[in-house]
Amino acid sequence: MRYFIIILLFFISGHSLARIIVVCKTCPVEGIGVAIQLAQEGDTILVKRGIYQEYDIKIDKCLTLIGQDWPVVEGGNQSEVFSITAPGVTMEGFQIQNTGASQSQERAGIRIKNTSDFRIRRNRLLNTYFGIYLEYSRDGIVEDNYIKGEAVSETTSGNAVHAWYCKQITVRGNSVYGHRDGIYFEFVDSSWISHNYSEANVRYGLHFMFSNDDRYFHNTFRHNGSGVAVMFSKRIDMIANHFEHNWGTAAYGLLLKEIYDASLRDNHFDRNTIGIFMEGAARINYENNTFSNNGITLKMMGGCIANHFKGNFFFSNTLDLVVEGNTNDNSFDGNYWSEYTGYDLNRDGVGDVPYRPVKLFAYVMHRCPESVVLLRSFFVDLLNLSEK
Amino acid sequence: MLKILKYSFFDMMRSRWIYLYFGFFFAFTLSLFLISTDLSKVVVSLMNVILILCPLIATVFGVMYYYNSREFTELLLAQPIARRVIFLGQYIGLALSLSLSLLAGVGIPFVIYGIFQSADIWNFFSLLLNGVFLSFIFSGISFWIALKNDQQKIRGFGLALAVWLFFAVIYDGIFLLLLLSFSDYPLERFALGASMFNPIDLSRITVLLQLDISALMGYTGAVFQQFLGNGTGMLFAFGVLTLWLLLPLWRIGRIAGVKDF
Repeated sequence: MRYFIIILLFFISGHSLARIIVVCKTCPVEGIGVAIQLAQEGDTILVKRGIYQEYDIKIDKCLTLIGQDWPVVEGGNQSEVFSITAPGVTMEGFQIQNTGASQSQERAGIRIKNTSDFRIRRNRLLNTYFGIYLEYSRDGIVEDNYIKGEAVSETTSGNAVHAWYCKQITVRGNSVYGHRDGIYFEFVDSSWISHNYSEANVRYGLHFMFSNDDRYFHNTFRHNGSGVAVMFSKRIDMIANHFEHNWGTAAYGLLLKEIYDASLRDNHFDRNTIGIFMEGAARINYENNTFSNNGITLKMMGGCIANHFKGNFFFSNTLDLVVEGNTNDNSFDGNYWSEYTGYDLNRDGVGDVPYRPVKLFAYVMHRCPESVVLLRSFFVDLLNLSEK
Repeated sequence: MLKILKYSFFDMMRSRWIYLYFGFFFAFTLSLFLISTDLSKVVVSLMNVILILCPLIATVFGVMYYYNSREFTELLLAQPIARRVIFLGQYIGLALSLSLSLLAGVGIPFVIYGIFQSADIWNFFSLLLNGVFLSFIFSGISFWIALKNDQQKIRGFGLALAVWLFFAVIYDGIFLLLLLSFSDYPLERFALGASMFNPIDLSRITVLLQLDISALMGYTGAVFQQFLGNGTGMLFAFGVLTLWLLLPLWRIGRIAGVKDF
């Protein structure tokens, strides 16, 4: 027992050896970079309110950095601001701004490289080229950050949260605005994206490339160039997200391209020019989603196999479904269509005549896009009526 | 001319049909508002009705009014008044009363539901303006047809309705057929040109381009937007509609001048 207490005491005292280094303009330690050099593994650096003109700050030890009252770290359009290369780093409460743009360096507000167990939470990143850039990292959390960029075009801007070759990361509760992509995943596996808000990004609200076994849920994507693009990925779960107001001549709520074995549940698609655009999408289950006020709700291009729509709600969309060629073995069962004009004699709540979601005009429009000028004309209404 | 205009205007205003016309638009717009309070949605729903109904009613009223007031016209012709003045006065009185019914019938519910506080006010105005243009154009065309077939009521009626049917339905059918058969070629310019030759299509496209739905129209829509979407494009569209208006007026003046009554 006595040995046990001694050992316990050793651990407690060992733990309390971790120091707190306070950084402020009138403290002995005036800069964040200096504080990191002074610190040892496991120390905490507390940065107080003020403006710190520092960039290229390398965090190569296991440290906890805490900003008190939003200290501003000003990159002055010179270079990257923070780069984290040690495992177990926590960063919280900083305002990081102005990295300046650079195509060759891909400057980031916070870069996390070859490491694990990081925790980036409650930071503000303003006008950074890339916001938070993760590469070759795993088991970390990016949480509750506010990232706002000033992107004008796709080629001159970076992504708000950018992940490349990562595993088991969580991106949660962030608000991202005005970047190229709100959240970008490339070669990222087994990760979760949840409760984020992505608005006014130039390209996509969320973008997957070559990423497998991921799940995103309870996110909102609004007013982006396009909502979400999921490309060349497998086994992605999309649950209870909102895809709203992705409106423009080449915009869609969700783009599915070369994606297999995915599922969509409880999502809301409202006011998108194209609700879901599918190309080479196979073995996907769509359940209990709501589609309202979209232009073209579902557009199925080539190579769409075994897409199963069950129990979805389709309200006041201009066109419900546009398909290219055959419907293959895609199926529609037990969906609600607001355009349904059939009857229900036995009153079991299910119409007796099946609804045919592809209208004649939708087919004509697909064959000859110019015929869209006849949209909403009397003749087209007659055309659709004559088909019934 | 003002006297004749006034006379035929008040003559129309006494007719119970014009109140029915007003009542229909009033009730219809009001019921649309009861279903949905979203102004822009109401504008879209109204568009379909106005684009079909305004030309149809104007056509029917135009022929009917001409044949019904034929005896009075004969009386006027016996007076020392220029023929052009008689017919133009009657026509403008008719078209004006039709437009007024439309404006009041659609306008009053919109004012009640607060169009002046809404951002959709311009969509609403362009819809009404197009409705008025269509009323004038189609009552003019039907007046022209009736004047030409002065003695043959049935023929006049049939022809006027055929013209309406042509512009409302058949024209679009031929249009679509042409688009489909030449779909290998770039057709945006053709589509743009072809829509100028049908006042109903032109009105529909100018209204649609101002609504959100224009984004759905893809590349073709973009070509239209570029051409018709800005201020000069709008002026151009209304210029073409004015030409459509002047065509029957000119013919009425011509025929009235040389016709043997």
